[in-house]
Amino acid sequence: MPRIDRVFKQLKAKGEKALIPFITAGDPDLATTRALALEMAARGADILELGVPFSDPLADGPTIQAASLRAMQGGVHLENVLNLAGELRAQTQIPLILMGYYNPILQYGLERTATEAAANGVDGFIIPDLPPEEAGPWRVAAAKAKIATIFLAAPTSGAERIRTLGRLTKGFLYYVSVTGITGARTELPLDLVESLKEVRSLVKCPLAVGFGISTPEQVAGLAPYVDGVVVGSAIVQRVARLRGQELIQEVGDFIAALKAPLRGN
Amino acid sequence: MLPDRHGRYGRYGGRFVPETLMPALLELEEAYRTIHRTGEFRQELAWYLKDYVGRPTPLYFARHLSAELGGPQIYIKREDLAHTGAHKINNTLGQGLLARRMGKTRLIAETGAGQHGVATATVAALLGLSCDIYMGTEDIRRQRLNVIRMNLLGAKVVPVESGSRTLKDAMNEAIRDWVTNVRHTHYVLGSVGGPHPYPMIVRDFQAVIGREARGQLRRRTGKLPQCLVACVGGGSNAMGLFHAFRDEAVRFVGVEAAGHGVDTHHHSATLVAGSVGVLHGAFSYLLQDPWGNIQEAHSLAPGLDYPGVGPEHAWFKDQGRAEYVAVTDTEALEGFNLLSRTEGILPALESAHAIAYLRRLAPEYTADDIVIVNLSGRGDKDVDAVAEAMEVSGAAH
Repeated sequence: MPRIDRVFKQLKAKGEKALIPFITAGDPDLATTRALALEMAARGADILELGVPFSDPLADGPTIQAASLRAMQGGVHLENVLNLAGELRAQTQIPLILMGYYNPILQYGLERTATEAAANGVDGFIIPDLPPEEAGPWRVAAAKAKIATIFLAAPTSGAERIRTLGRLTKGFLYYVSVTGITGARTELPLDLVESLKEVRSLVKCPLAVGFGISTPEQVAGLAPYVDGVVVGSAIVQRVARLRGQELIQEVGDFIAALKAPLRGN
Repeated sequence: MLPDRHGRYGRYGGRFVPETLMPALLELEEAYRTIHRTGEFRQELAWYLKDYVGRPTPLYFARHLSAELGGPQIYIKREDLAHTGAHKINNTLGQGLLARRMGKTRLIAETGAGQHGVATATVAALLGLSCDIYMGTEDIRRQRLNVIRMNLLGAKVVPVESGSRTLKDAMNEAIRDWVTNVRHTHYVLGSVGGPHPYPMIVRDFQAVIGREARGQLRRRTGKLPQCLVACVGGGSNAMGLFHAFRDEAVRFVGVEAAGHGVDTHHHSATLVAGSVGVLHGAFSYLLQDPWGNIQEAHSLAPGLDYPGVGPEHAWFKDQGRAEYVAVTDTEALEGFNLLSRTEGILPALESAHAIAYLRRLAPEYTADDIVIVNLSGRGDKDVDAVAEAMEVSGAAH
């Protein structure tokens, strides 16, 4: 069974929900990303999402744009991220998902990306500018390498598209909580819980929610309605602010705090 | 006729956008297909184009320029005489009327030279819609006059600080805004690029340029032209001129910006010197590094300063239907001077690239041949930049 599927199954058996933290790979350098990833895995993360730096991240808000820029200034690109995944895989069995825009993957080669990702222990890809209509060639390459293609669903998607996305996605469906770009928000949409209930009724696969979720309180509020919660910008803000052991400690504590409400009763 | 139902021109085009925008693109495509062919919409658009924009724009026989270059008869399609001073209004008016019928209350747009921003702000004022224009801070500096115009028209100009602070980055921000406000906002994309259906919609609204030119030349000479010449940034004025001639034996030449030279890293010659990939929702030619990161473009002409190009141009290039060439900043300045002195017309720096290429093209033709060049915009916005550049190049001599 693929690692992502196994994690959701095991958590379900325990009555837990998945915590899926996101950081940009190479922000501020690859050694820090490696240390952060291992710390997060040790402190309660169930699946790790690593961002591949890109020059024009148009689904991202200022926090992740800045992280992408910092990583690019360090010369980090897809190949480095794949190698980093390989190093992590040697030390942990946590599922690894890469979040990257389509053009770097296209230029590296769809088959090459999928094959090398699989060889380095990557479990899935989220490609935010690749809707199902355009995903055919990538899905073929990914399926051949046994890499999950995780689709996003949005508040604008509507029932029909959400059903289709739920059918096509592998691992889980990533529901975008807000009509908008990534970034920590103090308030989430008032109708989010209702939307999650509706999405839940439309798809059979595990359901994760992300975008804008930044506090343990928000995580607690959403936990009953989903199988997993993605937290990104709130962690990346800490990466931007802190350095060294202080950063590792702070992020570790934050992960533990985010995971607590997902452990169930 | 292309695009196909997937929004493809051969292998180019498509819709590489976040899921949040997919329903909006599908809605826009559906609305466009149902609305734009109705008699009511066509009459409304035709009325505005005539009484508000001042169409048809003249097809002017440039006798002195023709004599100076010593080759073909050169006709100039005077889009610079359209309201707001460029061809951009043809598209913004069409999209504005469409957006109003779709019940949208707000328009947003990206702009480089400011011409598309001004044209969008104009239509927003005309139709009573609110309007935000994204513009890189480098372009705000270079095109101060157009920033003032947009403000006077009641639009908000939102400065964009990221990346090269030019058109590409303004487009990123406009897309981010649209992702956030898609329910009540229409994104008035300004060129024949971006995700489907934009390349089709913008082409169709700009095709009035070629339709008029074709009829005007036929009435005057009974002939088709041998060749059409237009500058290409994203490619809307070129596609607008070419489209009505697509099935005729007429040569198409698109002139890109070579900036400091296509062998340097400072140019915008996407079709001449770029490679294929995905930028801003479409598969097309673009300027990128080996890792697929988008490179910064350069041109003295802010409207050409963009590392992508419309997918139908990419298709035209691969099919050999159009040829694409590039002229440098220096040549463009010479083109600017050439048209100013011979015909008393100050061209936009963008259009000056097309004018400049005539010098290379003219020897291939005789006085029996006809070349139409698209004068996509007027040069008032560029006088500061031109004066500055001339002084710099003067000092270097």
